[in-house]
Amino acid sequence: MTSVIPPDRALEESPPGTGDGTAALPPTARRRGGRRALLPTWSPKLGIGLGLVVAIALFGLIGPLFTGDPDTIRNIGLTPPSGEHLLGTTQTGQDVLAQLVHATRGSLQIGLLVGVMATALSALFGIIGGYAGGFADEAFSLFSNVMLVIPGLPLVIVISGFVPADQRGSWTIAVVLAITGWAAAARVLRAQTLSLRGRDYVAAARVAGEKPWRVICVEILPNLLPLLASQFVFSVIAAILNEAGLSFLGLGASNSSTLGTMLYFAQNGFALQREAWWWFAPPGVVIAAFGCGLALINFSLDEIINPRLREAGRRRRAAAKAGRDTERVTRSTAA
Amino acid sequence: MTTLEVRDLVKDFTLRSGLRRSRLRAVHRVGFTLVPGRTVALVGASGSGKSTVARMIARLEKPTSGAITAVDSAGRRVEDPRYRDHVQMVFQDPFASLNPFHSVEHHIARPLLLHGRSRGRDETRERVAQLLERVSLPAAAVMDRRPHELSGGQRQRVAIARALAPGAQVVVADEPVSMLDVSSRLGVLNLLARLQREDDLAVLYITHDLATARHFSDDILVMNRGRVVERGPADDVILGPRHPYTQLLAAAAPDPELRGRLGSAEPEPETASDRDHLTYDHFAGRWIDVDAEGTDAAAA
Repeated sequence: MTSVIPPDRALEESPPGTGDGTAALPPTARRRGGRRALLPTWSPKLGIGLGLVVAIALFGLIGPLFTGDPDTIRNIGLTPPSGEHLLGTTQTGQDVLAQLVHATRGSLQIGLLVGVMATALSALFGIIGGYAGGFADEAFSLFSNVMLVIPGLPLVIVISGFVPADQRGSWTIAVVLAITGWAAAARVLRAQTLSLRGRDYVAAARVAGEKPWRVICVEILPNLLPLLASQFVFSVIAAILNEAGLSFLGLGASNSSTLGTMLYFAQNGFALQREAWWWFAPPGVVIAAFGCGLALINFSLDEIINPRLREAGRRRRAAAKAGRDTERVTRSTAA
Repeated sequence: MTTLEVRDLVKDFTLRSGLRRSRLRAVHRVGFTLVPGRTVALVGASGSGKSTVARMIARLEKPTSGAITAVDSAGRRVEDPRYRDHVQMVFQDPFASLNPFHSVEHHIARPLLLHGRSRGRDETRERVAQLLERVSLPAAAVMDRRPHELSGGQRQRVAIARALAPGAQVVVADEPVSMLDVSSRLGVLNLLARLQREDDLAVLYITHDLATARHFSDDILVMNRGRVVERGPADDVILGPRHPYTQLLAAAAPDPELRGRLGSAEPEPETASDRDHLTYDHFAGRWIDVDAEGTDAAAA
């Protein structure tokens, strides 16, 4: 024990037989907590989810370097997949793989943009409102409740229809989707902030003299990170699906190609009726796989937020491990 | 040295149920003075308003009326921006008062930096280590740990170090040991007593335990339903309680000498309701009506 107090006082302060021996720190304490506790525990769910998302992201990022111009028109319309065109061609002879790669990139871009903007908006309204309390809280939560009851897709259709098609870039669509998609997350963040605001460590930071913005950013925000991450992932899924829906209806961004515009052109080219499955199936599969991957990641993040799920997961894994061990033991004894 | 004067402190909470509003008076005209080197214990049951007094002194709640003034050694009033250099608080629950996300070092380094007690990384680390050793924690082993890796007593020591970090002269300890293991309580209380001796601190010790109040404090204030019902030197209040509520409290504590026999405390002739709004002041040796005379008379 490294202590500046003389030994007789040390004895006085920790009488023999106390459980609070100051030197009795467990040397083998597992350093899992704080920042480490924010990371999800490894599970097959998380692995598959991350694998899908990373694969599709790489596909969209690196793919365009290897494929040609997606807009090149050839006189080989609607050829099925072959060695030259791995995913066949469209009605006007464009390479579907090249289109798919570019469309994936476009969709990811919009998803990411909307995810960042919607999360920022919900954090702004949810956390600041929840922490400030009083009039600001009432005003912010009234505003987010109003945004919540406005039906998202019809509003998006109206707004997108209102903006002229030639000005309707991917930023416009991203902003529209972000504005209609932040409210639910803001409510959850507000509730969690209200609970954190009353914690003693926030009061202690105020007693220490921390400024309000620092209390929010340094004391409260880190404890909201798992929640924010999960909401970010969720809003990316929602954005990609909504954007695909809009583009499919012909209301999407005019200057970019996304998975939704691919489906729109496939629909207009009667791909289904002509049984050109290679035209409409790949974008559908990419959307489904990406959504699935993000959802799997989200389940893993859920385990951090909801301790009950985490406990269940740990117990299940422990049980599985014990089962494997006993199996191994019986097998080895049998051998 | 800083003295803290509390005068006529009143706190009302507004209760809302549906459209009806009502007021709850949590603290009614409480007044006392904290002097360097002395511990004042504030004793009362849950809901008696003692924690509200602590939160008002720590500036976490605004008093409805009344004044809390810190006066420094030169006799000048401590103005707002410097108030928190002088007055700090130790919270009840060490499991809740440390942020699970941050290391022990962060908790102590922040007040040091905020109050200009150190500059630069190395100096701060050194001062954090000094503070940890003052509260009898092995600095090297504890500094980079997170709160959940420490025991309750160790966390409370970290919380005490945090309160000392700004150089506080007045420390409000809100039930500092009630959430701790019985085995580590004495250690933390002795630590507080030693720090008080060494730094000549003025301590407000809030508790519901009469035994530790008598042992660790010089004066005792007994609170009931927002009012101070009795005040005086610790031994006088515990051994010769005059207010019916204090008598009740004193009788509730097990007396090892009686060993199951009934207490011999003779009941006061008046009924409890007559004395409810009066304060018995052992310093003055008489009953005081704070509503008529004010807390200045009571504290003098």
